[in-house]
Amino acid sequence: MNAVPPPSVDDVELRLLVEAIYHVYHYDFRSYARASLRRRMGAAMAHFGCRSLSELQGRLLREADVFTELLEYLTVQVSDLFRDPGYFRALREKVVPLLRTYPSLKIWIAGCSTGEEAYSMAILLREEGLLDRSLIYATDINPSALRRAEAGVFDAAKVPDFTANHRRSGGRSSLSDYYSAAYDRVIFDKRLRRHIVFSDHSLATDSVFAEVQLVSCRNVLIYFNRELQSRALDLFYEALCRKGFLGIGLRESLRFSSHADSFAEFAREDRIYQKVDG
Amino acid sequence: MGAPMRSIAAVVIGASTGGVEALLRILPALRGDASFSVLVVLHLPRERSSLLVEIFAPRCNLPVREVLDKDPILAGSIYFAPPDYHLLVDDGPCLALSMDPPVEHSRPSVSVLFESAAAVYGPHLLAVLLTGAGSDGASGLQAVQRAGGMTVVQHPANARMPQMPEAGLARVTADHVLTLEDIMSLFQALPCAGRA
Ligand SMILES: C[S@@+](CC[C@H](N)C(=O)[O-])C[C@H]1O[C@@H](n2cnc3c(N)ncnc32)[C@H](O)[C@@H]1O
Repeated sequence: MNAVPPPSVDDVELRLLVEAIYHVYHYDFRSYARASLRRRMGAAMAHFGCRSLSELQGRLLREADVFTELLEYLTVQVSDLFRDPGYFRALREKVVPLLRTYPSLKIWIAGCSTGEEAYSMAILLREEGLLDRSLIYATDINPSALRRAEAGVFDAAKVPDFTANHRRSGGRSSLSDYYSAAYDRVIFDKRLRRHIVFSDHSLATDSVFAEVQLVSCRNVLIYFNRELQSRALDLFYEALCRKGFLGIGLRESLRFSSHADSFAEFAREDRIYQKVDG
Repeated sequence: MGAPMRSIAAVVIGASTGGVEALLRILPALRGDASFSVLVVLHLPRERSSLLVEIFAPRCNLPVREVLDKDPILAGSIYFAPPDYHLLVDDGPCLALSMDPPVEHSRPSVSVLFESAAAVYGPHLLAVLLTGAGSDGASGLQAVQRAGGMTVVQHPANARMPQMPEAGLARVTADHVLTLEDIMSLFQALPCAGRA
């Protein structure tokens, strides 16, 4: 039964709000998955004490501070070190042997949030003896997340989980070799940090900035609708060198990409693909 | 059952502790020619959940899938939320996943599924809240009712864990409070391709 009701007032307001954000602040949320956006805007309305999205829009247009705060609702900063250890194990066991054949390596972590994925990658490359010839570009649209990523400071309470994940990812060294503890915080080693460039880049509005051998973009595409997923995947296709690798989240797919046929499954269960000719 | 039953486009189901047993009774009661989709959030420890398809597929008359982001919502299919992601009904309609923080200590959260489904399906939705500890699903049930959808809560006395049904009933006056047995009969009376 195709029983889809006409757009509600809430829907219209949401559409107008994201248009307003685009025109005034140049952040493009117009092609994000509506359902998550709707939920998070509900939370933002409660936070700002607004009774409708129109009211929130009014404040947003007049007060730049409101946008800075709202951005924390629009983008979700959730990440872990070595999240999905099997993914990192597959990178280590299957992808690294091929990466070794390159004299220098460039890796793009798209949607890096507060940096966990980038530090995980740096640790993995250090363990495999590849970090010295590697440069990791880690990009996101959330400036406060990028600042936290740059600082490399994490909550010490998360360390036991991080350590267990690192071990399960096939980590050969001790995670504690890479950070120093200070009170309830841990700070990652500057020697890792030196190989990572954190920068502001939007998969919705920006273009390719370098040729890379590996793109890792995990749990970012889920926030996009099919058209925007396709745009992001176009960027990855363009950025990757011949036979380069693309890793995505465990429940994401390449099926909405116009280049879907140009990616071969490389580690199926772990969602790692290789760019093939054609 | 009455006239509104005929225009059900989707059934959303939420369960926690005791949920596997409850679902093993009610999902096989769905007819193979169902003309609606079935979306399920079941709280499980992370590692166990990916076995859901293996457990349920052989016992159900409908195909069972674990959701991949932006899957189309096919009539006559059962979809389970994957471990550690929220499951939402998105515009299209299609299925969307999110890694947003847990809601009611849960990811996937029943309320997240119910609320998003209510926004898309309105009165053409049937929501079923089953056994579980905690209170996930209560606010979602309220959203379904506000949007004109039909609400069913497992009778707390019939549930392995009564807290989730009780929390739901504290929030809404459900259209039906039923035992698993009754839910099975209700499912068999739902519209199907042969007799829409
Ligand atoms: C759930 S986090 C994923 C973090 C990490 N990749 C992981 O899997 O653990 C999603 C991230 O995507 C970022 N993001 C959202 N829209 C984006 C866009 N258009 N371009 C780049 N990053 C984006 C958010 O700011 C957020 O940091």
